[in-house]
Amino acid sequence: MVNWIWLFFIVVSIAAAAFTGRMDQVTQAAFDGAKNGVTICFGLISILVFWMGLMRIAEDAGLLKRLAKLLSPLVRLLFPDVPSGHPALGYIMSNMSANILGLGNAATPMGIKAMQELQKLNPRPDTASPAMCTLLALNTSSITLVPTTLIAIRMNYGSANPAEIVGTTLAATAVATAAAIALDRWYRRKQPPAELMPPAYPHDNGLRSSGRSRSSGTAPPGAARPPA
Amino acid sequence: MLQMINILSAWMIPAIIAFIPLYGAYRKVPVYETFTEGAKEGFGTAIGIIPHLVGMLVAISMFRASGAMDVIVGFIQPLLGKAGIPGEVLPLAFLRPLTGAGSLAFTADLIQTYGPDSMIGRIASTIQGSTDTTLYVLTVYFGAVGIRKTRYALKVGLVSDLVGFLAAVFICLYIFN
Repeated sequence: MVNWIWLFFIVVSIAAAAFTGRMDQVTQAAFDGAKNGVTICFGLISILVFWMGLMRIAEDAGLLKRLAKLLSPLVRLLFPDVPSGHPALGYIMSNMSANILGLGNAATPMGIKAMQELQKLNPRPDTASPAMCTLLALNTSSITLVPTTLIAIRMNYGSANPAEIVGTTLAATAVATAAAIALDRWYRRKQPPAELMPPAYPHDNGLRSSGRSRSSGTAPPGAARPPA
Repeated sequence: MLQMINILSAWMIPAIIAFIPLYGAYRKVPVYETFTEGAKEGFGTAIGIIPHLVGMLVAISMFRASGAMDVIVGFIQPLLGKAGIPGEVLPLAFLRPLTGAGSLAFTADLIQTYGPDSMIGRIASTIQGSTDTTLYVLTVYFGAVGIRKTRYALKVGLVSDLVGFLAAVFICLYIFN
């Protein structure tokens, strides 16, 4: 579906530009978009490097396992196919808490770490597993307690009550999240699990999946993990 | 209440930054070495996302510049008026899932034009705050682990965005009238 959406955007843009005479702007926009993508990723480098370093300490200290166990009833319900006590659950919990508290720049690294952990459980590394789809659904509709940026903008334009949208936002985000979870459940039941689907690329044995260095046995002696 | 949450948000990150290494040291983890070991991964992950994000942002940015969205909005806007929904917020329904910065700019513009305490300003604020940028989240999260077949994830994200948009509009019309 992503392939079609991508193609749709490009073809429709060129066609619309032919009618509206904005061809120059569209060409410019293409290169601006590319530049923007690189700029965003460069901004992500510092955030990811920092949080992933910190979270490795949390993981090695067993903190993520404890977090996963503590809140397991809720996560169990949403992610029935992740074994209990798996570090993925700890990262999922951290990701959800960061989203709820509106800590955007912590939420993304936790979510990516959760994805990487879920990828280890994924039998088909090029295809999203049901657990990954659920994590994505939770993140695209992300529940946020306080939309701080918007309150600041409203304050800036002289609102009499800048925070009056907190309640409506919370209600709307709850509805959107409920819809996302319900739809995700429905598709989970409808679609066969990844391991039952015929392999699309028989030559792909997972070597090109994520390129993680963790399990390759190159860790220095100082990084030995404590007994669980 | 709001102030408490603001204080909590301000203290949350420093508390986490202090707590994790402290707990690590307590559990006899070599904290600095472990930090650098984990941090190494962050670089590769961020670089790995570049092709995905460049591809997606090129398409989205072309789409916005071409004026195609205005045509689509022009078709749907009159229908919304009949349902009592202010048509001015309609572009947000398309912008919100595509671009976080773009929809925030559009929201700020609506707030500036119509006032933060107008119905349009309130609805726009609620829409902007109630969901995240679906295409960005999908690109970054799946790009980071090399997922190419996204199955139903995009559909779920986009439908829940639509539900969130409608919920935001009707909740605001109900609460602020």
